[in-house]
Amino acid sequence: MKKLFLSLILSMSPLVALAAGAAVELDHIETDITDKASLQRGVQTYMNYCMACHSLEYARYNRVAADLDIPEEIFAENLIFTDAAIGSLMQNSMSYDDGAAWFGAAPPDLTLVARVRGEDWLYTYLRGFYQDDSRPLGVNNSVFANVGMPHVLMELQGLCAEAPHAVSDRRFDPLTGNLITDGGCENYAVEGSQTKAEYDETIYDLVNFLDYMGEPYAKDRERIGWMVFAFLAVFLVIGQLLYRELWKDIH
Amino acid sequence: MSTNKPAFMQWLDQRLPVTNAYEKHMSKYYAPVNLNFWYVFGLLATLVFANQILTGIWLTMSFVPSADEAFLSVEYIMRDVEMGWLIRYMHSTGASFFFIVVYLHMFRGIMYGSYKKPRELIWVFGMFIYLVLMAEGFMGYVLPWGQMSYWGAQVIISLFGAIPVIGDGLTEWIRGDFLISGITLNRFFALHVIALPLVLALLVVLHILALHEVGSNNPDGIDIKKHKDEQGKPLDGIPFHPYYTLGKLPMIIVFLFVFCGVIFFFPEGGGYFLEHANFEPANPLKTPEHIAPTWYYGAFYSILRAVPDKLMGVIAMGAAIAILFILPWLDKSPVLSWRYKGWMSKTAIVVFALAFIMLSYLGGQPVTDLNTWLARIGSVIYFGFFLLMPIYTRMESTKPVPERVPAK
Repeated sequence: MKKLFLSLILSMSPLVALAAGAAVELDHIETDITDKASLQRGVQTYMNYCMACHSLEYARYNRVAADLDIPEEIFAENLIFTDAAIGSLMQNSMSYDDGAAWFGAAPPDLTLVARVRGEDWLYTYLRGFYQDDSRPLGVNNSVFANVGMPHVLMELQGLCAEAPHAVSDRRFDPLTGNLITDGGCENYAVEGSQTKAEYDETIYDLVNFLDYMGEPYAKDRERIGWMVFAFLAVFLVIGQLLYRELWKDIH
Repeated sequence: MSTNKPAFMQWLDQRLPVTNAYEKHMSKYYAPVNLNFWYVFGLLATLVFANQILTGIWLTMSFVPSADEAFLSVEYIMRDVEMGWLIRYMHSTGASFFFIVVYLHMFRGIMYGSYKKPRELIWVFGMFIYLVLMAEGFMGYVLPWGQMSYWGAQVIISLFGAIPVIGDGLTEWIRGDFLISGITLNRFFALHVIALPLVLALLVVLHILALHEVGSNNPDGIDIKKHKDEQGKPLDGIPFHPYYTLGKLPMIIVFLFVFCGVIFFFPEGGGYFLEHANFEPANPLKTPEHIAPTWYYGAFYSILRAVPDKLMGVIAMGAAIAILFILPWLDKSPVLSWRYKGWMSKTAIVVFALAFIMLSYLGGQPVTDLNTWLARIGSVIYFGFFLLMPIYTRMESTKPVPERVPAK
């Protein structure tokens, strides 16, 4: 109720621009949703680590299976952990109220998260967890300060001892020219099963999958777009000939 | 009238003025021979309007206007409806392009004085079209029920609350609830798909009827009806159809290249046509970090924010729109087109256009000291253009307008 009241008050003052969240430098990646192998690894990570809390409720299992070239039986056997049918929406069993009670804020649906946050944000965020004993779950995030989410991928990455910095923040020793830091996590409080490079790959695949998830028809869209352009190009020639035929009497 | 008309056409013409209307508005509607590039935007606005109506009908088939299902049904259209994403992107891109072509169409009118006597009513009907279009665009933006739909509506409707005495009651009456809710969504759906499109269609008919009564203006502002041949056909006129219909085909196709380029390759328009925050469902408990109206309201939103007092800001914003209606009576120049006006008018039009673009941009930017001052300068230029017009159009010397359209 207090939150509702607060948001109402804020909404009544459109003249006050709400301070945008502190800008954090983001690591940049180029996603490629035609890379089926990467998307397959991404969906595997997602279903195993994310799906229990974050649904993909606007998408359907069989569409993902078809788009990612995964046979439906294999998908159903290995990647569906509920009794959902292959044609159903990708929901999970956590209720909104439970999520809100357990984490402070209900874990959002992530079908469209790549379109809301952008790929770079996700890539940096998922690599930005670090140890912070002042937080209820013992972790904080360099991109999303005081986030309610635990570091679910800790068994893979390990836990960074301090806030990781951006890759662009790479520093060299001024005397020897040797690399001192290459960005990302420097010291681990807890060791994970993957190396830093492996973990970056895992996150790349995961973000690639979320990018696909935001707009699964993106490649169809572009393919049809080129056909439309080809049609318009021919149509333009005809239109121009018609124009010349019409206007030659006028000038 | 030709005597060798098919029997069916003769039968029809005796009962309905089909041939008559076709000749009056198409084949024997004489438009000036010197219409240039800028005269395509009326036709393009009609094209986009048709696109919005058609894609809108198909969207309505799958859209569910309720607070619980609106967002879900939009994603259902995007994912599960065959080619649904195309229909939706055509509609969302069409909304922005409607405003782009209408703004260029209005700018054409300002450059060539198309609002001046005897075309005042055409301008006024056009302004009503623009007004209804803004309401239509606003309500349409609420329907997907994303975060920006919700909070944008919250901000815009709260503006009415600045009106003294009746403000609070008025906002409640508009929302139909104490805050934006499914009830608001439902009534906006009704207005967006039925009421406003009907009004819009009627206004377009009036706009065109008034135009065809007095005839089209042209870049030189010459009255082509002054010089006619023996049959009463203007010497500098050519039939609207086919010269300005089929003859405009190349320009229509170039427009389609741009339009389809956005639909198929940049459907979000860099976050201007579809805002990123609107891919998140409406959440009344979570205010987005940065609430910005869609780009096409940016100029008026900037003017609103440029004024420190909320009520005065709302008045300024209303005045900025209202003043457009009286433009025909502010211009005291003896000539129509800026080609024959003095340097003051020419400068004023260019500076006004730049100020409008700047204000539109600032409307989507966060408030900073610099932005606020730029918005204030832009607002002064905006109002100055109109309020000083009676003075500078009377003061400056104009060039003589030729009797006939100059040969190229």
